[in-house]
Amino acid sequence: MKFGVIVFPGSNCDHDAYHVISKHVGQPVDFIWHRETNLDGYDAVIIPGGFSYGDYLRAGALARFSPVMTSLKTFAESGRFVLGICNGFQILCEAGFLPGALIRNRDLHFICDHVFVRCENSDTPFTNELSQGTVLRLPIAHAEGNYVCDDLTLQALRGENRVVFRYCDEQGKITAEANPNGSRDNIAGICNRERNVLGLMPHPERACEDLLGSSDGRDIFRSLAATLAGVA
Amino acid sequence: MKAKVYVKLKPGVLDPQGKAIHHSVELLGFAGISDVRQGKYFEIALDDTIDEEAARDSVSRMAREVLSNPIIEDYRVEIEA
Repeated sequence: MKFGVIVFPGSNCDHDAYHVISKHVGQPVDFIWHRETNLDGYDAVIIPGGFSYGDYLRAGALARFSPVMTSLKTFAESGRFVLGICNGFQILCEAGFLPGALIRNRDLHFICDHVFVRCENSDTPFTNELSQGTVLRLPIAHAEGNYVCDDLTLQALRGENRVVFRYCDEQGKITAEANPNGSRDNIAGICNRERNVLGLMPHPERACEDLLGSSDGRDIFRSLAATLAGVA
Repeated sequence: MKAKVYVKLKPGVLDPQGKAIHHSVELLGFAGISDVRQGKYFEIALDDTIDEEAARDSVSRMAREVLSNPIIEDYRVEIEA
């Protein structure tokens, strides 16, 4: 199994993602410059966090036009796996891989903190090593993480079980107080209908070592690796 | 010829920046303000090789596909000779 980490001008969590795949998943991984158009040979691609194109216009809006994105569309349509973290989630929404949009946090601040999220669906390629309802402690670092979508989209996301992570308190309760940024329905992460594309605002790649305050993020990468081991 | 594009958040989409500006101008003593919404404004200079009709078409497409995110924003295009 082979992983790729896409690098846009302004990506800044690319090395974290690379580190986790090479060290904790123990699999080959390449950096993929955003001008690359050939994704042959990769089984899973990570769109890392950061500030692609300086967040100009809207977060994630300009990365959509990078050459790699056309290939990524074909890549995802072929059933291979795409994980968008933070700015990666924003890019996936702007590019239409995932529904909805991420707007400015309710309280305007850039939030850099550890939060709790609950796994709402353990039957995805990214969460199959987790149990339904598992609470993960993961860091967030964003100014535009407030997930919005219209009523019909929310209905579809819920009906199709595509809300994968929701902000919760330490006990796993979904409360307004546990929602750091105002996201609709406490949504922290969603997947596409086919379940091979996941976007989430928290940073699992920054939570893979106890030294960093949490290693809860490893289960997400372990899940993806288990999926690939089964698929490959 | 010049095109002007106004992008604003759809009604109902939370605008925390507008809220903060609202609060600030009230602190400055401006009274009677019921709401502030913040948007974006673009000026696009066009050369003389395209006519107004074509300019409106292409700038509208630009506004729809790049300058705004139709999930959260509306846009308006004006063409100035």
